[in-house]
Amino acid sequence: MDTLLDVRDLHVEFRTRDGVAKAVNGVNYSVNAGETLAVLGESGSGKSVTAQAIMGILDSPPGHITQGKIFFQGADLLSLHREARRQVRGAKMAMIFQDALSALNPVLSVGDQLGEMYVVHRGMSRKDARARAVELMDRVRIPAAKERVGDYPHQFSGGMRQRIMIAMAMALEPDLIIADEPTTALDVTVQAQVMELLAELQREMRMGLILITHDLGVVADVADRIAVMYAGRIVETAPVHEIYKAPAHPYTKGLLESIPRLDLKGKELYAIKGLPPSLINIPPGCAFNPRCPMAQEVCRTDVPPLYKVSQTRASACHFWKECLGD
Amino acid sequence: MGRYVIRRLLQMIPVFVGSTFLIFVMVYALGDPVAALFGDRAPDPATAAQIRRDLYLDHPLWQQYTHYMAQIFQGNFGTAFTGQPVLQLMGSAWPLTIRLTIVAVIVEGVIGIILGIISGMRRGRSVDTGVLVLTLIVVSIPTFVSGYVLQFLFGVKWGVVNPSVSAAAPFNELILPGVVLALVSLAYVTRLTRTSIAENTRADYVRTAVAKGLPRRRVILRHLLRNSLIPVVTFIGTDVGALMGGAIVTERIFNIHGVGYQLYQGILRQNSPTVVGFVTILVIVFLVANLLVDLLYAVLDPRIRYA
Repeated sequence: MDTLLDVRDLHVEFRTRDGVAKAVNGVNYSVNAGETLAVLGESGSGKSVTAQAIMGILDSPPGHITQGKIFFQGADLLSLHREARRQVRGAKMAMIFQDALSALNPVLSVGDQLGEMYVVHRGMSRKDARARAVELMDRVRIPAAKERVGDYPHQFSGGMRQRIMIAMAMALEPDLIIADEPTTALDVTVQAQVMELLAELQREMRMGLILITHDLGVVADVADRIAVMYAGRIVETAPVHEIYKAPAHPYTKGLLESIPRLDLKGKELYAIKGLPPSLINIPPGCAFNPRCPMAQEVCRTDVPPLYKVSQTRASACHFWKECLGD
Repeated sequence: MGRYVIRRLLQMIPVFVGSTFLIFVMVYALGDPVAALFGDRAPDPATAAQIRRDLYLDHPLWQQYTHYMAQIFQGNFGTAFTGQPVLQLMGSAWPLTIRLTIVAVIVEGVIGIILGIISGMRRGRSVDTGVLVLTLIVVSIPTFVSGYVLQFLFGVKWGVVNPSVSAAAPFNELILPGVVLALVSLAYVTRLTRTSIAENTRADYVRTAVAKGLPRRRVILRHLLRNSLIPVVTFIGTDVGALMGGAIVTERIFNIHGVGYQLYQGILRQNSPTVVGFVTILVIVFLVANLLVDLLYAVLDPRIRYA
């Protein structure tokens, strides 16, 4: 299979007044063409920052990439010239943001914002771009696209707005889409529809998809592989069905156990004890050790490497065998 | 939209009546206009009574007011005590003030927005701090100080411009007065633009525009500026009315015989027809400017809809 995106040993830090926040500390992951990788983690785990670094839209300052490489279709994105990088954005890789209402420009019509992709990247006339915008809206199943192309974002419902975001990302049929919690801001009833649409378009166009989420339910349905992040590192990566059966990291296990279950109705909900660490002051050893039920002395001193669990799995836990075992 | 405009126009009627009546009362309170007409000499009682009858001054105040309003709507603003019709005074004064205002609005709009964009895009850098200090200095110096200083420097010491504007007041002579008139508003426009730009550069839709792979120029001009300038444009709009009425000091300094000058003279000489006439027109200018700004707001920001 062709490797589409390969992130190697990526480090990102934010230099703030309170100190240096190490948001991403050596992330490795890759996405193949047509594959869906789900990146899972709590807020502040570095999943969105990694995505922003890949897209090249990191707020800088204060954000800085201090180490690592990002290969996209064989080329190192970080060594590309600014103009070359810009041409990749939107055309070859695109991003879907969480809150479409704030992510769309409030004073431009959706037709203008969709058409802009064709005007800028393909040099189309405004009229042709407008026609393409209508096609796009049809494609993401927005009713009466022709009449609504001149409407503004606030005139659409939440689900329809997110469809427009998706349409914008799909416009130039990119090879990679990064969806940053695409359904979090939506009603539960709409979430499924939007996710289904995204998965369908991805299959049709054979795009690689990075799905950033903290919703385990979404992941099970659409992802091929999962990467679990904690405090700026990947702690476990595995094919989706294997991880649900037997997690190889106590953090993943904790996440899975926090899903409310119908058969445990009436009992107290499980939660991982403690809070995620401050990124300015990450604990030595394994970052998860203060919250880990399995922590030993070695966890407080030695940072666990990413142990190879099987051909397709890896876990950054000194005791992955024990974790798998019970 | 049409209904909204009609409603706003109807709302103007009580505001117009109320404010003009207030002015009428205030001018009336200044003293006896007939005595003012005679200056230092004591008027002959019979003549004074005759004049009072001719000028409708022997009626109660409210009747004087309704009479005056009725005359205004027939295009008759009365005659100043100098014998000139007020309409004629307006004809010579308004074009000057309008020209001065145009210069001032261009100055505050162009320079203010450019400075605001520069400092907003370079938050916290030395350019930003420099502009901040400059605007604070400008805001804290009153117009009569900055006006005289600039007049002295440019007009007298360096002789770049004429210190006093000629009667015709062509645009090139109005540049310095226009700058003086615009200074304080210019500082406000700069601050407003800066804040707005600084706020919007962090907005999600700007990040989206970057993620779409748009060139930097397009991100700034089409996405960032379109949104950031909405409050600035509306401020400049409302400022037009304030500039016209507030040109009194500037017009005095540079000897421009515009609206401010006429008003000043009118108050000094208790020339009530002039004062009431000019202020009435100013009230209308304010009201119309405000309505236009509100309508402009809806054009710039599609989220605002009036019904």
